[in-house]
Amino acid sequence: MNEKTNGAQARKPYIISMLVEDKFGVLQRISGVFSRRGFNMNTITVGRSEQQGVSRMTITTTGDKRMVEQIIKQLNKLVDVIKVIELEENECVTREIALAKVHVKDYAARNELTNFTNIFRGKIVDVGPNSMMIEITGTSDKIDGFIELLKPFGIKEFVRTGITALSK
Amino acid sequence: MKMSGAKAIVEALKREKAETIFGYPGGVIMPFYDALIGEEGVRHVLTRHEQGAVHAAEGYARASGKVGVCVSTSGPGATNLVTGIADAFMDSIPIVALSGQVVTSLIGNDAFQEADMFGITMPITKHNFKVVNAKDLVPSLKMAFTLAQLGRPGPVHVDLPKDIQTAEVEFDYPDKIVIPTYQPKIEPHPIQVKRAAELLGDAERPVIMAGGGVISSNASRELTKLAEMLMSPVVLTLMGKGAMDERHPLCLGMAGMHGRMSANYVLNNCDAMLAVGCRFDDRITGDLKHFAPEAKIIHIDIDSAEIGKNVGVELPIVADARKALTAIIDALAKVKKRKDSSEWQKRMKELMEACECDYGCNSTPIHPARVIWELNKLMPKNGIITTEVGQNQMWAMHFFKAHTPRHYISSGGLGTMGFGLPAAIGAKAACPDKPVLNVAGDGSLLMVCQEFTTSVEHDLPVTALVMNNNWLGMVKQWQKLFMKGRYSGTKLGKMPDFVKLIDAFGGKGERVERPSEIAEAIKHGLKSGVAYLIDVLIDPEADVLPMVPPGGRVDQMIPSDRCGKISRLVKR
Repeated sequence: MNEKTNGAQARKPYIISMLVEDKFGVLQRISGVFSRRGFNMNTITVGRSEQQGVSRMTITTTGDKRMVEQIIKQLNKLVDVIKVIELEENECVTREIALAKVHVKDYAARNELTNFTNIFRGKIVDVGPNSMMIEITGTSDKIDGFIELLKPFGIKEFVRTGITALSK
Repeated sequence: MKMSGAKAIVEALKREKAETIFGYPGGVIMPFYDALIGEEGVRHVLTRHEQGAVHAAEGYARASGKVGVCVSTSGPGATNLVTGIADAFMDSIPIVALSGQVVTSLIGNDAFQEADMFGITMPITKHNFKVVNAKDLVPSLKMAFTLAQLGRPGPVHVDLPKDIQTAEVEFDYPDKIVIPTYQPKIEPHPIQVKRAAELLGDAERPVIMAGGGVISSNASRELTKLAEMLMSPVVLTLMGKGAMDERHPLCLGMAGMHGRMSANYVLNNCDAMLAVGCRFDDRITGDLKHFAPEAKIIHIDIDSAEIGKNVGVELPIVADARKALTAIIDALAKVKKRKDSSEWQKRMKELMEACECDYGCNSTPIHPARVIWELNKLMPKNGIITTEVGQNQMWAMHFFKAHTPRHYISSGGLGTMGFGLPAAIGAKAACPDKPVLNVAGDGSLLMVCQEFTTSVEHDLPVTALVMNNNWLGMVKQWQKLFMKGRYSGTKLGKMPDFVKLIDAFGGKGERVERPSEIAEAIKHGLKSGVAYLIDVLIDPEADVLPMVPPGGRVDQMIPSDRCGKISRLVKR
């Protein structure tokens, strides 16, 4: 293959962290770059940062190196974007929160689920007659693992926030 | 100083030296229009459609290098600006589009003539503003004009709710502002410059490809100087036309899909390519896998995102084109050992000569190349050409020898039919002393022909040279070449009598049916002093050739019947 063309390179997940002005339309501008240019966005989290009027946004995407470079350059061009960096997995801390509402048919199930939650350092945040809601925080892998454990109980509803990350 | 928002907009226009603006009024932009009354410093040109206004603003910007301004009302007025804003975005043209918006209390209620222009223009502007607090009005306007020009130029849209125009604001308008979150890199990195000079000095077959960035950074002189130092051929992209005098012995004219065979040949056979202010559009590269296979590419662009977007490069230089070229010239002067490129120069000369085919053909119906040939002879040095989009554009691109930056204006990236006439009017407004001629097609011109009224009413005389073949010719050509001649929707059946049409608009015109009549008609048009239309009946079977088929290789062009000599040469 000619090295000048944008051919398929190895695709892998990337984490992009950015500081953006807290102005209306900023989320639309950023998601617009992804949709218009055909980049995929796996997760996005946004919230206040340490600076007044500035939000920190974490986006995860899957693609090749070249695509991620393009994403970063295109995002950097946006006037409301202050800074964009790619976070290497071993140089940052990533966290995700999941809430899972799980079916519990009897006392034994309730007991087992409580044990699992403790092992994973989760929290039981709500208890109903036939269900329990569990909050768990951690890396995406940890949450994936926990969800697998929950499946046999019967997951009624389930949500996860997407990754938020900070460089070390 | 306190004043109404509307007055503040007018004052901002005066501060930005936007002495001519193009617009069309409507309900919610009325406070602004009211504030224009009695203003000597801002001339308002009433176009006859908002699309005319935005293309005129583009023509004004492209011809003058200043920011073009257009104005519309909300809703339909503003959506009519969209095509021109997208056009300016693709071609990196600095314009500020102002549109009215319903009062802030009604925004989101689907009020009369409400459209979400902030959302609509977001992906086709460099930046846009929706002013919902009166205190943000003046800073937003200053930001808009600054951003339109700073770094890579582009369109900026400002949405102006009616109550913001009537509110009282403080007019505190700084001459210059710094936008901390938008700081383009202007100066080239010295190490990269040195490497570029070494790489070029080490090339046996160098080529320079110049795009629109050379024009927007006023780098034509530096481009020519560097080419002469290297004795390197220069090819132009469509947007780069005018960046170098095409009569210069090193300039091979336009490359790409409808470019010259000689230009495509050098592009594809070089061993070092200096690409400056261009973005490797698919119309230039054709099949990327076979594009310039042996070239080490140096890419200069002020927008780092353009580098590596379409082709991988050996050496990126993020900087202003003029600064980068100047630095490379200085660095090259210090490179002692330079490779011998005399073989390449000989080859280039040979190709250039072979590519100069005779198109003074005398056949009737008229061959379009003959029309441009006459134009080449008659267009005065200070004359400005605009084009529509389609075959007319590509004949002009291929055969017209542009020589001066900002004197050859065309819709490049977006390929907007209906661009040429209003752009010509805008160019005329920017340069009233220069003759302006629009190379048009019968299809394109009819999309915007109402703007002849603008031309007549505002005393902005332009000439339309209509390549009339009664077809939507470019699409027809593709149907002929790639769809087995199945013509669908491309025959222009009942068309108006163009000479009567221009007469109805208050201009003058004539019809040309024989090659011998072309020159006289162009002379009439250029000195008419009023909107003029030359209806040239051209051969409906004439195609734009040579041509790279879409997605094809640039070294495998479909030749024209005049390409015999150059075809044989490039195969060697």
